[in-house]
Amino acid sequence: MSAVAQTRQSDEFSGDHHVYEPHKVGLPPLGPYFRALWARRQFLYELARTNLRAQHFNTTLGQLWLILNPVMLGIVYFTLVYIIRGGGRGSIFLAHLMLSLFAFRLVSTSVSRGARSVVGGGKLILNTAFPRLLLPLESVLESFMRFLPTLAVYAVVHVAVGLPIKPSLLWAIPIIALITVFGAGAAMFTATSQVYFRDLTNFLPYFTRIWLYTSPILFYAEDVPQKLRPILYCNPMYPMLGSLNDAVIEGRMPPAGLLAASLVWAVATVMAGTLFFISREREFAIRL
Amino acid sequence: MTLEPTPDATPWAVRVEDLSVTYRTAVEKKPTLKKTLIRLGRRERIIREIKAVRDVSFEIPHGTALGVVGVNGAGKSTLLRTMAGILPPSRGRVEVFGRVSTLLALGVGFKGELTGQENVVLGGLAAGLSREQVAAKYEDIADFAELGDFMEMPMRTYSSGMYGRLAFSVAINMDPDILMIDEALSTGDARFREKSFDRMRELTDKARTIVLVSHGLRSIRELCDEAIWMHEGRISMRDDADTVVDAYKEFLHLKREGSDDDV
Repeated sequence: MSAVAQTRQSDEFSGDHHVYEPHKVGLPPLGPYFRALWARRQFLYELARTNLRAQHFNTTLGQLWLILNPVMLGIVYFTLVYIIRGGGRGSIFLAHLMLSLFAFRLVSTSVSRGARSVVGGGKLILNTAFPRLLLPLESVLESFMRFLPTLAVYAVVHVAVGLPIKPSLLWAIPIIALITVFGAGAAMFTATSQVYFRDLTNFLPYFTRIWLYTSPILFYAEDVPQKLRPILYCNPMYPMLGSLNDAVIEGRMPPAGLLAASLVWAVATVMAGTLFFISREREFAIRL
Repeated sequence: MTLEPTPDATPWAVRVEDLSVTYRTAVEKKPTLKKTLIRLGRRERIIREIKAVRDVSFEIPHGTALGVVGVNGAGKSTLLRTMAGILPPSRGRVEVFGRVSTLLALGVGFKGELTGQENVVLGGLAAGLSREQVAAKYEDIADFAELGDFMEMPMRTYSSGMYGRLAFSVAINMDPDILMIDEALSTGDARFREKSFDRMRELTDKARTIVLVSHGLRSIRELCDEAIWMHEGRISMRDDADTVVDAYKEFLHLKREGSDDDV
């Protein structure tokens, strides 16, 4: 505890001595910045938790929607595929669809909530000095908290369709971690961009839908015809969902290539997103 | 808590040197992609500079209650936000010695769908307190605000007076070295106002510092030792509170009839 108290003395946002000067280079000192961020991790958790609770406060079914929403979405897309293909693809496909859809939603809700986080956090931004990066991170944490119950839904499907429980399932943990990190990076991009282009949230739903349809969710990656493969390979969701599918549905270790690509996408996106966000964040207060 | 050089090491609570704050805003209210694309096509730039604060220098000694007066748009709120570290300076430098608690124009500024209690906890955590520190202060905050059961109700159900009371209670109970208040005392009723004044006087008695931006000239007179008058981003006067308020009132009378002193 005393260590935390000590860092708090010297960070930019609280403590006993502050100097505010113009910043020619966009970036604040990164060490103190991330210490201040870390000191506020409880804020992150508390905000995500209360937001989540407030969202379904007025509905009859309340928190049950956290389960019902993904289940119904899964049914909708399963029906869609059933009709378009003129027949079922079997129960294993249902498991694949649910798993990939839920993982995709982890990213897409991070992105869409992230886009609203800074502009929607206007009052908080104008009244309190704190590392603004907390806002998109909160969106990601909230999306992750929404994702957790869908894992339970998937677990039921997994067992019901008779897929085995094997050690290879453990690969899902690092893969989901990478998906979350990637979602965080993407959320930082949309959060920053939304400040400058308020049209973004209007575009996003359509963009996300196209992204969903071009990712291996409503089909298997192997189904994609050769000439359309380049599109698949450009999609950051492909290596992530592909390796998740290998680990959980196929029950084998994902190919190293897919894992490496996932890692590169996640790390590159989160680093670029963080730098983009932090270099712009001190301008947010005058742009809201 | 105080491991760093103590605030008392300097005579100043706040030192502002040659501070300028310039907003560069797009003229349109909501920047959109379409308009940006059109502008790019026409090779126009619509950035307009608003010099909210221009070459302002002053110091505030510890234990001072400083009032800031001026007409709307004179740069008072911008100055306060810059001192609180929310807006970046464009030029010059602001140095603040001590823990700052702010109560800015928009109130607590949290989320209407959350309860008062949740908002207080979130505000404390955002300001960098730990959960334990917030819990320790919570009772005092709730007691001072006198909102009773409303603490467990969503804040969108609050009246503006209740909102203001909670916001003030949070700000004052953070036990700040420097309290910065922007136009927030007008919302509470007369009794709460008196109570707030008493608490602020307690603060200054303990050598804490208060910066109060207000159009309520009577508040400035009652509470502040000194005042500055801002006009078009510059300090046009700094003196003891009565002198500045008198001069400012005179100026207002020149511009239009009617008194501001009853605010």
